[in-house]
Amino acid sequence: MNNLPGKTMRWLMLLTLMMPAASALAVSQIDTFEFADEIEQRRYRALIEEFRCPKCLNTNLAGSDAPIAQDLRKTVYRLVAREAMSDQQVRDYLQARYGDFVLYDPPFNARTWYIWLVPIALALLALLVLLRMQRAGQRAATALDAGQQAKLQDILAESARHPVQSSNR
Amino acid sequence: MSRASFYIPLAVFALIMGLGYIGFDLGARNQLPSALINKPFPEFNARLLDDAEQTFTRDNLLGKPAMVNVWATWCPTCLSEHGELMRIAAATDVVIVGVNYKDRPDAAKQWLAQYGNPYDWVLDDRDGLLGIEMGVYGAPETFLLNAQGEVVYKRVGDINPRIWRDELQPRFQQLGVSMSDDSADSTAR
Repeated sequence: MNNLPGKTMRWLMLLTLMMPAASALAVSQIDTFEFADEIEQRRYRALIEEFRCPKCLNTNLAGSDAPIAQDLRKTVYRLVAREAMSDQQVRDYLQARYGDFVLYDPPFNARTWYIWLVPIALALLALLVLLRMQRAGQRAATALDAGQQAKLQDILAESARHPVQSSNR
Repeated sequence: MSRASFYIPLAVFALIMGLGYIGFDLGARNQLPSALINKPFPEFNARLLDDAEQTFTRDNLLGKPAMVNVWATWCPTCLSEHGELMRIAAATDVVIVGVNYKDRPDAAKQWLAQYGNPYDWVLDDRDGLLGIEMGVYGAPETFLLNAQGEVVYKRVGDINPRIWRDELQPRFQQLGVSMSDDSADSTAR
């Protein structure tokens, strides 16, 4: 990468910076709903970003063109704007019908506990291994007994008498 | 390093593979569990396809085990399962309720006239609202209800002779639906 001309490099960086913006544009579906105020609209936006489209594997309601996602956006609009539900009530409504799948944020329960606990366990394990490796390293560094010390002194003395020639001239 | 610690990386690897297996298995699409299993079928109020004056509610589903089948004329898999539904309707006493999901009523009527009608009732859900109450995310989907109106099983995808033999028929038998269908093990179609 370093020997690319500066100009190309700059363009590449610019493209990389633009990528999130492009995907943000790509996922904004346009529905023509009317809201009483901006807060309501913002809540609707946040909710459709939050839920997962049941038909799609990894797209939220906001980002999907699937008919079911359109219907669920309509439903979220109805619940927020017409039935004045709170965000949590909307979440409960969708979860009751479509299950945990629609929530990107999986609940902690008998079926999902390991998703939450395994990373913590692995991190603790890694920390433990790291500590043990460090301690082992320290022990190796300090563990020269008297005999070894004497031998080391001999070697040092010997090399002082016959310095290693650093150059052949 | 002791001999036992030699196996630690292997054990960690096996652990990660095992978790991955469970995790990806949970995500299998055709196993997406219905949120309604072992819960009462939702309250609803729908119009009948062939008589818009008549309404059909959850109460009409009570008293007998029933199969609620979500279908549409725009759904190719619905056509491929239609033959099996016709066979079930002819060979057993199972009550079959069709939910015509996000469809044009005239197209649906013509479809039933052309391919036969296996349903005891067909509900008109042209705007998909009943579908949302049921947690439907595509067609065909089939729900199996006991006489108390609780969902005991849900199938996403087509009903075929194998699904009938392995999943539906044993459950209906358990619920006490009489089966003049003695060809349970035969592959009728």
